[in-house]
Amino acid sequence: MRTRVFVLISIAVAAAVFFAARLVNNDYVFFAGYTVLQFIVLATAWNILGGYTGYVNFGSAAFFALGAYSTVFFHKFYQMPIPVLIVIGGVISGIVGLGMGYLTLRLRGAFFAIATLALAVVLQTFIVNWDYVGGSRGAYIIRPNEIAWIGPYIQYLFLLMLALVVISLAVARGIERSQLGYGFATIRDDELAAEASGVPTLRLKLIATTISGALMGMAGAPFPYYIGYLQPSSAFGLEYAVNSIAMPMIGGTTSWVGPLIGAILLGTLQQIATVTISSAVNLLIVGLLLVGFVIIAPNGIVGLVQGWMRGRAK
Amino acid sequence: MEARPEGLAKATAFLQTGHHNKNNELARKYLPAGTGLLGEQVGFSYDLLINALIAGILLGGFYAAVTLGVSISFGILDIVNIAHPAFIILGSYIAYIVNIRLGIDPIVISVLMLPVFYVLGAGVYQVYYESFERRGQESLRGLSFFFGLLFITEVILILVFGVDYRYVEAWYIGPTWRFGGMDFPLRMLVPCVAALALFGALQLFLSYTFIGRAISAVAQDQQALRLMAVDPIRIKRIAFAISIATTSVAGALLIIIQPVEPSVGREYIGRVFAICVLGGLGSLPGTVIGAMLLGIIESFTSTFYGPSWAPAVAFGVLLLTLAFRPAGLLGR
Repeated sequence: MRTRVFVLISIAVAAAVFFAARLVNNDYVFFAGYTVLQFIVLATAWNILGGYTGYVNFGSAAFFALGAYSTVFFHKFYQMPIPVLIVIGGVISGIVGLGMGYLTLRLRGAFFAIATLALAVVLQTFIVNWDYVGGSRGAYIIRPNEIAWIGPYIQYLFLLMLALVVISLAVARGIERSQLGYGFATIRDDELAAEASGVPTLRLKLIATTISGALMGMAGAPFPYYIGYLQPSSAFGLEYAVNSIAMPMIGGTTSWVGPLIGAILLGTLQQIATVTISSAVNLLIVGLLLVGFVIIAPNGIVGLVQGWMRGRAK
Repeated sequence: MEARPEGLAKATAFLQTGHHNKNNELARKYLPAGTGLLGEQVGFSYDLLINALIAGILLGGFYAAVTLGVSISFGILDIVNIAHPAFIILGSYIAYIVNIRLGIDPIVISVLMLPVFYVLGAGVYQVYYESFERRGQESLRGLSFFFGLLFITEVILILVFGVDYRYVEAWYIGPTWRFGGMDFPLRMLVPCVAALALFGALQLFLSYTFIGRAISAVAQDQQALRLMAVDPIRIKRIAFAISIATTSVAGALLIIIQPVEPSVGREYIGRVFAICVLGGLGSLPGTVIGAMLLGIIESFTSTFYGPSWAPAVAFGVLLLTLAFRPAGLLGR
């Protein structure tokens, strides 16, 4: 399937999802749906680095929050439409990803993972101490009620997130089938051998961190408008880091389909569990599923299905 | 999961708000020397400098206890156990429960709990080995496994105990020894001494016992170990179990030094790995030196810039070390 065809099909699916959601005509569908879509973007972004090159990023929350806080900053600075803010958030997070990668990726893989974990703590410390963006008290963003052409503002946010989903899936799938994707796969399978055969591993890893970080920042940029009141503890919530790892791990890390499946399943499950049980219990479920899947089904749902089909073919 | 306090910084901020009158006594116990109840600095002076240095060294001693385990698991065994701080918090909560129920001294409790943590560590290593190390999948899935453990422990502790700060009672929490202008708060001094004792015991064990030497050997050449008829997996299991056992003591020391809530552990991830890298991987003396250095830097930062900046220090140290001297101070 050509990339252009893929993009057209995903736009069609996205449009169908949007109009189906409008048919239900209930704001809750948009609120819950927005969260699930946001997780699709985060999981796909995480997988570009984690799944394709095998480098684990524990700092998804940091990149996400970076996008969200760049929106808060520029919103106070000068009123801009959200798509512009999304681009700005993406650029800032991408640059931070590049810097982080440059400092740590030349060393053993574990250092990068540890540094990303620490990054979240440090950025949070900076935000808590930075009064201009609200500090530890948090920042309010007044969301308009309506917007021209579409109607309720939450539907506009939902539509933006749908567009981000299409973009991130197209990017992930495009990488997978390009020379870049093969380069990433050689790093994942045997970095030393790849380096020895002339694959520019450091440059490829930096490209992966930058793209991955930028997409996470873009997912975070509309968040202040969604939540209305942004607090450091909500923007840096551990649930973003855990979910963006758990979703690809549960879905399957080797292709773009895995994070999509994982995010839809886990995201929906969490929306249901939050309403019916409690938000702490639903996070426990995510943690247990993550540990269970990495031990029992290392290739996720996609791997299970592939194994099952291979078994039937025999 | 909203409104999660940001660990010590928030705790300090909370304790510093003067209107919690019944907490004033508590605040006096936990605030660093030289900080007024409302958080104002009590003048800049030579005394303040000396006391910041002493506080840093004492804090560093405690950091050494927290990091020794990681030094063994990450430094020697190459197992990136990012769930280490979660086990420390577990140790804190066990010390808290037994201390509140039975009134036993937290350090005594932690020593009694060593075998339990040892068995726990051996169990975790067994799962890790069977599922990841043997299949050569430790980098991506092994890391995610430990991350999952960290997360599960934190959520379970939140479900059981809530996000309230918990603290223990002991005779040395509160009083301060004074020599001239120098303050030695006992709640910092006792953990520092305990940490150094732990370091001494581990260093003697690694240098003078057969298993201890085998642990150092397993990092260098597993094949050679096998030729000596020693099972490297067994040695690694013992080493990892010891590294988890140290968290029992580290946890008790943590809850002596500061009130603890489930998410406090996350702040220690950056710290322990920063210290571990700074000291040089796998070197226990390096770990102690690195810990003291970080303790001193953090203490100066919180004295002169405010405690809310302290968590960022570890990360800065980590990044600088990685950028300029990845082998650490005493690296192999």
